[in-house]
Amino acid sequence: MISVKHLKKTFGELEVLKDINVEIKQKEVVVVIGPSGSGKSTFLRCLNLIESITEGTVEIDGKVLTDKKVDINKLRAEVGMVFQQFNLFPHKTVLQNITLPMITVRKWNKKDAEKKAMELLAKVGLEDKAGAYPDSLSGGQKQRVAIARALGMEPKVMLFDEPTSALDPEMVGEVLEVMKQLAEEGMTMVVVTHEMGFAREVGDRVIFMDQGYVVEENDPKSIFQNPQHERTQAFLSKVL
Amino acid sequence: MDFRFDIIAEYMPFFLEGMLLTIVMSVVGVLVGCVLGFFIALGKMSKHAIIRIPFVWYINFLRGTPLLVQLFLFHYAVLPTVLGDTTAVTSVLVTLSLNSSAYVAEIFRAGLQSIDKGQAEAAHSLGMNKFQVMRYVLLPQAFKRSIPPLGNEFIVLLKDSSLGAMIAAPELLYWGRAAAGQYYRVWEPYLTVAVAYLILTLSLTYLLNYLERRFDVK
Ligand SMILES: Nc1ncnc2c1ncn2[C@@H]1O[C@H](COP(=O)(O)OP(=O)(O)O)[C@@H](O)[C@H]1O
Ligand SMILES: [Mg+2]
Repeated sequence: MISVKHLKKTFGELEVLKDINVEIKQKEVVVVIGPSGSGKSTFLRCLNLIESITEGTVEIDGKVLTDKKVDINKLRAEVGMVFQQFNLFPHKTVLQNITLPMITVRKWNKKDAEKKAMELLAKVGLEDKAGAYPDSLSGGQKQRVAIARALGMEPKVMLFDEPTSALDPEMVGEVLEVMKQLAEEGMTMVVVTHEMGFAREVGDRVIFMDQGYVVEENDPKSIFQNPQHERTQAFLSKVL
Repeated sequence: MDFRFDIIAEYMPFFLEGMLLTIVMSVVGVLVGCVLGFFIALGKMSKHAIIRIPFVWYINFLRGTPLLVQLFLFHYAVLPTVLGDTTAVTSVLVTLSLNSSAYVAEIFRAGLQSIDKGQAEAAHSLGMNKFQVMRYVLLPQAFKRSIPPLGNEFIVLLKDSSLGAMIAAPELLYWGRAAAGQYYRVWEPYLTVAVAYLILTLSLTYLLNYLERRFDVK
């Protein structure tokens, strides 16, 4: 589904991703962990070209992202992304947040888009907020709307960049619950998170990143109970 | 001191006509300024220096030189050269439009750049193209934030349109000067003109406050 080969990313002089090689299969849930500044967000953002790729290749669903012939907007529509800061559109209602890309990108008519959006809102438990503006929602509700908005594009992959890090602790659960449900439905997911419980319970595989490298990857049980690498051990001893 | 209301009464039709022209010139100026200013703002935000630099200097020139100098330049030099001929009103309209376009461009640019980067990122991540991101996500938010400074610009323009009197455009101040010239009186005409401007700017302020409240969805 996703194949990353020798991915490098530099910001000016700063080399943030040094040599990333990752294969992600369909329906797999991959959890990315690692210290702050290790390049997790940048890695995720290279997967839908919100950051340009300096070197190497990323292939998603058979398409090479850096290929000049690839329609980048079309590709992004296939790759959903959920941000730490939600990034809902504040001038649009909850419903409009979800229908806007369906109508502009997928060219759905308004009625069908609204019907589908209501289904998605029901899925994340927020039908009653359809007419509300994002500012009136709690963090957990905002993030669930953001997930529904991404799902409206019927993406093949969902990327989550610390989706619960900006939330009050009592709201983390409701968002993780939605993500867990998605995973159970067979969505291919790449999740950057500090929620080790989620990684253990929902993750098929955990990738540990440090200083721009993938240091270690394994199934959750093995990596948490028996980390091979010294840096993984050091990191896990701090967060577990 | 005797205050000759009869002069004001006699000139009232002209003052009203002048007021109308003042309103028309500043409304046209701000509207054309908004349209031009929008494209100038986009030009100034271009990634390519070759595109950006002309817009930077356009703005520098219009914001960095006195409006009266611009008015003289357009009325006596630029427009006669370009059009072969010009009228005072045409010159004022062109000068006000171009001058306000520079200020409006900066207002729009500041508005656009004040929008959180996450907005464009989220929109792009959903597959929206550059135009759609601009049209549906960034501009509506930037426009809303631009309303208060645009209102200020409108008020400034309305007052600055009085410079048209210097090239005999028959706006409000022009008729004040005409009355002063005819009767050798200064208090009556200039006070009247001042009050007329005050009525215009205060009405505009109230109108703008109302609009600001209307556009605030929260
Ligand atoms: N747009 C950018 N310009 C310059 N440096 C950046 C940019 N984005 C991220 N970085 C740097 O890249 C490094 C990795 O950042 P990031 O991918 O956000 O790490 P993480 O998500 O693991 O905390 C950090 O040192 C950060 O300062
Ligand atoms: Mg990060």
